[in-house]
Amino acid sequence: MGIVLSKENVSEKTEMRAAYCEGLMELARDNWDIIALDADLMGAMGTKPFQKMYPERAVDCGVQEANLFGVAAGMSAVGYIPFAHTFACFASRRACDQIFISGAYARLNVKVVGSDPGITAMLNGGTHMAFEDMGIMRGIPDMTVLEPTDTVMLKALMHQVVGKYGMHYLRLVRKNVNKVYEEGSSFEIGKAVLLREGGDLTIVSSGYCVAESIKATEILAEQGIEARHLNMFTWKPLDEAAIIRAAEETGAIVTAENHNTVTGLASAVASVLSEHCPVWLETVGVRDEFGDVGSIEYLSERYKLSAPHIVTAAKKALAKKAGR
Amino acid sequence: MLKRETELEIKRFSARIHMETVKTIAKLGSGHLGGSLSVADLLAVLYHSVMRYDPENPRWEGRDWLVCSKGHAGPAVYSALALKGFMPLEELSTLNAPYTNLPSHCDRFRTKGIDMTTGSLGQGASTAAGIALAHKLKGMSNRVYLIMGDGELNEGQVWEMALFANHRKLDNMTAFVDCNKLQIDGRTDDICDLGDIAGKFREFGWHSKYADGHDVADIYNAIEEAKATPGAPSVIVLHTVKGHGWGAVENTAGSHSLSVSSEQLKEILEEMEKRFAV
Repeated sequence: MGIVLSKENVSEKTEMRAAYCEGLMELARDNWDIIALDADLMGAMGTKPFQKMYPERAVDCGVQEANLFGVAAGMSAVGYIPFAHTFACFASRRACDQIFISGAYARLNVKVVGSDPGITAMLNGGTHMAFEDMGIMRGIPDMTVLEPTDTVMLKALMHQVVGKYGMHYLRLVRKNVNKVYEEGSSFEIGKAVLLREGGDLTIVSSGYCVAESIKATEILAEQGIEARHLNMFTWKPLDEAAIIRAAEETGAIVTAENHNTVTGLASAVASVLSEHCPVWLETVGVRDEFGDVGSIEYLSERYKLSAPHIVTAAKKALAKKAGR
Repeated sequence: MLKRETELEIKRFSARIHMETVKTIAKLGSGHLGGSLSVADLLAVLYHSVMRYDPENPRWEGRDWLVCSKGHAGPAVYSALALKGFMPLEELSTLNAPYTNLPSHCDRFRTKGIDMTTGSLGQGASTAAGIALAHKLKGMSNRVYLIMGDGELNEGQVWEMALFANHRKLDNMTAFVDCNKLQIDGRTDDICDLGDIAGKFREFGWHSKYADGHDVADIYNAIEEAKATPGAPSVIVLHTVKGHGWGAVENTAGSHSLSVSSEQLKEILEEMEKRFAV
């Protein structure tokens, strides 16, 4: 595993959905078992080019999420490798039992793709704003739970999940995210990526909060605080060793996520710390609230997910570590 | 048309499925007897004269698939599988015992010959459609058989699938509705009336008909007709009797799940020997 970090923390030119569609087409070219399924969101997810290129292997079920994941599970029983997409809220909340029973409990091989997670649902508002999808998926045995950070990581992970039999959940922003990794970076499912070395504390981030945490580490560095930064893109299996090492070596942890801290990365990391190496933990994330409607900037402040809030949390953790 | 001798063979096979199912449940003391017995005749037709399968190679590529979406009929399916050599007959007595391969509800991961895990009602409908679509895509001629309960049709997912399967022209799939007119809380027409089930599927574009679920020739002929009808999925709505074969509980909602003592078992088997003698 080796990564090449992007020099600038700015928005990517390529949208995540375009990378997703490209990834599907790359995979489908060499592997006849790849199927793309959707529930009337192929246009929204940008998978129409796949549909055009491989019409038989694009299954748009219409607005029926329960049937979508059942059909995907059935196809996987015959050997296909389905990527089944809908918004994260519908995949996790509406079709939870289908993913659980027809997919996971039946030991099948469906790649569940949930898009527009958390505040990135923006103008669709509270009904569409999934702050609990990763927690729901983590609660399903044998489910691998991933939140790819940017287009480079997304494409790398798509190749890996095809090679690994079993249920996977990929939580995807649909539109532009900040570029964190350059081409040539490689990733391993279950291994956190070390984005920055530091000895004063460790920030453990995922998804939207990775770019915000990069900004936070820079602000902290200007103030003489050296934060280690781990991108915890795999929520299950969680990289416990990296968390324990961070706790032992830096003595304080901050988690940052675009998700409810209840059942979120915060609770996952807290569980590892309390079992193996209790140190001070501060959490940045949604405080058991419903979603709201608005721009990403508004929502990021509304739920206190942006860099300044991560900086504040880091300082709190440091103060507690110092016994103040 | 079914030959007379074949029809008698199916009836004998069905009698054994009935009796092995009761024995299996009696050994444990209780279980989903009513809805298991109502599909025994259908299972006999499928495993005797309709489906292609290989007990030595349960995952054989050329097999026909059965998705028993009313997963609680597991004991009847296990009896049919055991009688056809997928497992030793003695294994039936392990139903729900520690480390068993035979849980209450059908489980593809644990039981040889079970093609799909079911138990959460409505879900087998969609997985069966997925299996049928997959075989169409592969250009394979395997057929998919789906068994649903009538109470199960309360589930919206079934009707999502009904739209989908017709749109995709899944004529390699035949669904059955075990229409025993009862669900756990009472009569289906008292709880959430299903009305004309075959008519509803017909409106969804399916080839659709009623048949007598305890007349093996009628079931067989309806399946043959379904197989010969291209361009749309088929459904055969079977009029059945919940608890079929045990007069004392027939047509009672309570037969869905009930206890069977060893004394009762003796009486039931005697009754079935008489009723099903051919």
